[in-house]
Amino acid sequence: MEKFTKLAAIAAPIMRQNIDTDMVIRVERLRDLPPEKLGPYAFESWRYKPDGSEAPEFVLNRPPYRDAKVILAADNFGCGSSREAAVWSLFAFGIRCVIAPSFGPIFYNNCFQNGLLPVALPLEVIEELVAEVEASQGTGKVSIDLEACTVTSPSGKVTSFKIDPLRREALLSGQDQIEQTRGREKEIAAFEQGDRQRFPWLYQSA
Amino acid sequence: MAGRTLFDKIWDRHVIQELGGGYALMHVSRHLMHDGGAAALERNRKKGYKVRDTALTFATMDHAVSTEPGRTAATRSQFVARLDSMREECKLAGVRLFDIGEPGQGIIHVIGPELGATLPGTFLVCGDSHTCTHGGMGCIAFGIGSSEVSHVLATQSLVQRRPQTMRATFDGTLAPGVRAKDLILYLIGQIGTAGGTGYALEYAGSAIRSLPVEGRLTLCNLSIEAGAKIGFVAPDETTYAFLKGRPFAPKGEMWDKAVADWRTLPSDPDAVFDREVKIDVARIAPQITWGTSPEHVVAVTERIPDPKSVADPDKQRAMQAALDYMGLKAGAPIAGTPVDWVFIGSCTNSRLSDIQEAAALAKGRKVAAGVTAWVVPGSETIKRQAEAEGLDRVLTEAGFQWREPGCSMCLAFNGDRVPPGKRSVSTSNRNFVGRQGPGARTHLASPAMAAAAALTGTISDVRSL
Ligand code: SF4
Repeated sequence: MEKFTKLAAIAAPIMRQNIDTDMVIRVERLRDLPPEKLGPYAFESWRYKPDGSEAPEFVLNRPPYRDAKVILAADNFGCGSSREAAVWSLFAFGIRCVIAPSFGPIFYNNCFQNGLLPVALPLEVIEELVAEVEASQGTGKVSIDLEACTVTSPSGKVTSFKIDPLRREALLSGQDQIEQTRGREKEIAAFEQGDRQRFPWLYQSA
Repeated sequence: MAGRTLFDKIWDRHVIQELGGGYALMHVSRHLMHDGGAAALERNRKKGYKVRDTALTFATMDHAVSTEPGRTAATRSQFVARLDSMREECKLAGVRLFDIGEPGQGIIHVIGPELGATLPGTFLVCGDSHTCTHGGMGCIAFGIGSSEVSHVLATQSLVQRRPQTMRATFDGTLAPGVRAKDLILYLIGQIGTAGGTGYALEYAGSAIRSLPVEGRLTLCNLSIEAGAKIGFVAPDETTYAFLKGRPFAPKGEMWDKAVADWRTLPSDPDAVFDREVKIDVARIAPQITWGTSPEHVVAVTERIPDPKSVADPDKQRAMQAALDYMGLKAGAPIAGTPVDWVFIGSCTNSRLSDIQEAAALAKGRKVAAGVTAWVVPGSETIKRQAEAEGLDRVLTEAGFQWREPGCSMCLAFNGDRVPPGKRSVSTSNRNFVGRQGPGARTHLASPAMAAAAALTGTISDVRSL
């Protein structure tokens, strides 16, 4: 997994509540495409017109937002389906951080599995970031520092954010969770043995 | 010391190791897989990770299967490769798979309880957000992403953060025509789609106690639409009566041991929840959604809300966009809106009682002209039971299509779609933009309300039929 430490990048405001994972990636795209090929299909129904040409008014089609690595969003970003392709498509597009007041819980977990940082900040702070970004026509960069747990606005206003230490460590080191858990073999095996004794019916007919 | 919640009791017995900061390595006692799981199985196989505990893993085919009457392995050929790779990966990994045409095949959240694979007190996961459904059996059940599926397959465990707890207490008696679906849609209308975010949500109260297991599964199914990835109902005599004798339920002496243990699970009377909501059930009428989020919901007797009536400008914009997409006018009564399609199915409402209810309404009536109405049973077993009761004949005589089990038009992944611009009343759980097909307009409701819409050709109050 790619590490996340620091980032200073163009930030695209998509300030809509309840952006669900169906909006991020259409169900048809889950069928045949590998994760790294999903970039062109992120927000497909907003990015393209029915004839397949780009919708010029959609933020990710406008310079400089085409090069955005950060999304500024409203409440409950990534709600809905558990499809991890929502994270894959954002990542393949180039997004490395989403800043929103709250996230869909499964999307939130999926981000950490893929090196994408979800940052929860109060809506007022995000609205200020959007105002500054828009005042600079999008050229003003938003900086995220995961070591210091801060977000810095284009004008230099610093806001701290909270993140679970375990999640933070994992992103900073880019470590693979499966390998890490396999390292706990002793604990897992001991638990399994005890569980079979405590709750034998779970293992009886299954 | 305050008492413990049901959630605390189940969570604690699955902790392998505390990892600090509220995180723990959790043992997974049931892992369910659907036909989207082939990728994770293949990824793990290539890395040399074996499935750690195949006895605790159950798989079926649901999302990509055709539901055409008389389907064969070759129906809808664009998906055959996907289904074949699931078959192949399950075989290589030694995972038991309930395939098309066998009892046990069906929507994963329908077959888990039906097989008795879903048991009270378990820690159950599946790579699908509606895994919360299984909470209706009195377990901790939630959806995970594809990377987490790989992790569970390889290690039979998952790193999770302990959520806070919330209790929604539904007291009172359900009015005639009001079902579990109405209870949960009403709750989402009250607390919003992020109202349960960060919580494990316990449904309690006299109205929940009186719900049959199928209704509890419907209720828990929509927990994720309230923002809670985990939702559950404490197990009780109703649960045990439902489970006893099911193929994978404990047998003999083990059954007695299990029930004795399950009786200790319900929340202690003095348990404290981080958030409490109370709902007076007597006030709830049949519900129907009008917009593109499950929180866009009204009673069928109400009018479509006016965006100007809310203060929050973001909400206002979302409401207006929803009205435009749905082709509806603020202030108009929702009842009487003409309908083109009706879908009775999905992991929310495709169980035998749902089909019985639709058939009871359909008997002696006809689907209105111009309406296409589908009934898609949730599993092969339900299909066979319904046919044994003659429900398929009642439905087809009334003009409904009786189809094969699968997810179907709930998410239109298998090609079953509502055409663009058409209005559908659906018993599923998501009315998102394009969920039932690009441009499709979805209204969520109970099977009774969906049947009423099919028979009258408009959104109608089932109580007036
Ligand atoms: S029926 Fe619909 S919501 Fe349920 S598992 Fe299938 S696609 Fe998902």
